[in-house]
Amino acid sequence: MDILFQQIINGLVQGSIYAMVALGYTMVYGIMGLINFAHGEVVMIGTLVAISIVTLLVQSGMPPALAGAFGVAGAALVCMALGWSLERIAYRPLRRAQRLAPLITAIGMSIVLQNLAMMIWGRNYMTFPPLIEKTQYEFAGAAFTSVQVMIVVVAALSMSGLLLLVYRTRLGMAMRATAQNPAVAGLMGVNANRIISSAFVVGSALGAIAGVMVGTYYEVAHYQMGFMLGLKAFTAAVLGGIGNFAGAMAGGVLLGLIEALGAGYIGDLTGGFFGSHYQDIFAFAVLILVLMFRPSGLFGEKTGDRA
Amino acid sequence: MQLSRFPGITLVLAASIALIGCGQKEEPKPQAAAPADSAASAPKPEVVVKIGHVAPITGPQAHLGKDNENGARLAIEELNAQGVEIGGAKARFELLPEDDQADPKQGTLVAQKLVDAKVNGVIGHLNSGTTIPASKLYADAGIPQISPSATNPKYTQQGFATAFRVMANDIQQGKVLGEFVAKLGVKTVAIIDDRTAYGQGLADEFRKSAEAVGLKVVANEYTNDKATDFKAILTKIKSTKAELVFYGGMDAQGGPMAKQMKELGLKAKFLGGDGVCTPEFMKLGGPATEGHYCSLPGVPLDKMAKGPEFRDKFTKKFGAEIQLYAPNVYDAVMVMADAMKRAGSAEPARYLPEIGKTSHDGVTARIEFDEKGDLKGGAISIYQYAGGQLAYVETLGGGAGAASAAGVAEAVKEAAEATGDAAKAVAGAATEAAKEAVKEAADAVKGAAEATKAAVEKK
Repeated sequence: MDILFQQIINGLVQGSIYAMVALGYTMVYGIMGLINFAHGEVVMIGTLVAISIVTLLVQSGMPPALAGAFGVAGAALVCMALGWSLERIAYRPLRRAQRLAPLITAIGMSIVLQNLAMMIWGRNYMTFPPLIEKTQYEFAGAAFTSVQVMIVVVAALSMSGLLLLVYRTRLGMAMRATAQNPAVAGLMGVNANRIISSAFVVGSALGAIAGVMVGTYYEVAHYQMGFMLGLKAFTAAVLGGIGNFAGAMAGGVLLGLIEALGAGYIGDLTGGFFGSHYQDIFAFAVLILVLMFRPSGLFGEKTGDRA
Repeated sequence: MQLSRFPGITLVLAASIALIGCGQKEEPKPQAAAPADSAASAPKPEVVVKIGHVAPITGPQAHLGKDNENGARLAIEELNAQGVEIGGAKARFELLPEDDQADPKQGTLVAQKLVDAKVNGVIGHLNSGTTIPASKLYADAGIPQISPSATNPKYTQQGFATAFRVMANDIQQGKVLGEFVAKLGVKTVAIIDDRTAYGQGLADEFRKSAEAVGLKVVANEYTNDKATDFKAILTKIKSTKAELVFYGGMDAQGGPMAKQMKELGLKAKFLGGDGVCTPEFMKLGGPATEGHYCSLPGVPLDKMAKGPEFRDKFTKKFGAEIQLYAPNVYDAVMVMADAMKRAGSAEPARYLPEIGKTSHDGVTARIEFDEKGDLKGGAISIYQYAGGQLAYVETLGGGAGAASAAGVAEAVKEAAEATGDAAKAVAGAATEAAKEAVKEAADAVKGAAEATKAAVEKK
């Protein structure tokens, strides 16, 4: 029983990170029907920028928690600028091109960003300096740390902030309008270019926060860390119904849980026939099943051909 | 639309045809140029020896790949500085570094590239998973290949005359590790591997050995060489109450794994092979690595006669610490060059038989190959992570005893010779060296004694 509880904690924390990254995919997809495959790399850049800032500040004598706050802010700013430029340089010129073109560009940008990060930060793994004291707790036989609690709390706060932005502000209303129909939204005086840019900026800021989370959780960062994380988060977004905010969050948490429970129990359930090396397959098999019975994802609404 | 697209396609086609054409035209050029060059500089004939080197220079193991490449660079530069002659011609060694990203598919791709470039020999690859598929291409082309670090037994079991390695294989390593664990007094072990040819191979050999010495394997778990999260599998291992976790894989995963073990409150000891015996592992794992164990084929660098000297040269040149296999790569290049010298030719077919007859006093070991191309009498050393350092525990396995005894005997002999009439001639300097050699030998003996004592106490 304590294992089950522990696995749920493991999955919940991992899932919160997936959810944060998935939101970046879903925002962009919801508004312009584009899968921004470079988003994982934006997260990676966020982590590495935060490492550089925090290491620098801690070395000059600042308390780690404060340095961490600056790190998050700095990473968010850099990522927002990066998200904005990505859209401006790589996607906007192709907005009227065939759908395949921006997709290929996205993959291209992802490779460019990876190599850029390799040139700036090098090939070695970097360690993320601890931001808050890592206290260990024990509850019902399951161990967890203050860092894990912080990750779940920060993820929940950021996601509620995003929901407020989307459903309670004029910008959010404009975003939803553009998502529904860019042409009509334009006729109503919504500047579609500005809205699309802001979707990239907000998504990237969330990505930066997620990047710092990943960094503090695993205390490791590397220029290729964004790839797998991006792929998993994309899966989470599809699982929940891509383009849907609640779906991305639920999909993220669900994927985290499926992975943890899958790795933990698949061996026992199948009598050792499948081991934990089927962890990823387990997650993707669930995805396929969901898509077979609900092609638009768990929370997705049926959309027309546009998206 | 349709019409306007066609010219574009034809243009692209034309361009690519032109490119292919160019490529074909250009290719014979360097070959034609090479003999022309040597003919032009007839008074001092020069032979260009192209040595291919393959390791992951990008990707999660890029730090290790770069380390390997630096080892090769150092060797090549020294060879060129020495002005090595092969068959009466001055040899100019050239390094052709390639990146296989630790990916078997990429490994065969770059192997083909090296074969097409008609290299004289290949040093690599770093990983077993890339070395094994690539070795067939080299074998078919008759190009000698020396891997510095591929430890999976399959590499030399395929029957290729061109395949050699300068490191003990996983059968030797796995066996020694199983016996070592039994000595620690552990009864139950959990095994994790990263599903690569290296990780899985080592884990399988360890499993065999562990079961042979009567240990109980309570969990077999798996991850991959790109993962960062191991909490799910570690949680499961925690529930089995295993006393030791064995990991077959590399440092990039091992370090965070050790950390996550601590976070989950897993009290088990951690043990890994050569892939986690790196400074990087300790950097990534931090204090969580304290007290855990790892093994490295060979004896410690500091205990080898030329080890400290190599370390100095390396750090001076690259401004970086040796990560892992750089000394092995250096030795591999030297072994290849040595065979070429003895054969008096850099032609693969002519110097290949000489590699098998190698008896080279390298940085890492005295290198001699058995009939399969494996390193003879490969010793395995166990280390413990202590205070951010790798503390030497003991050397075990295969010809370990013989090797270290031979090493000691040699040092003593050298010392004796030095203190003899040679010492009189060269005066203080030589005696100093002799004294050091004796001291080193004594240290080695002391270290071994301490280790055995520690082991006995633990029992």
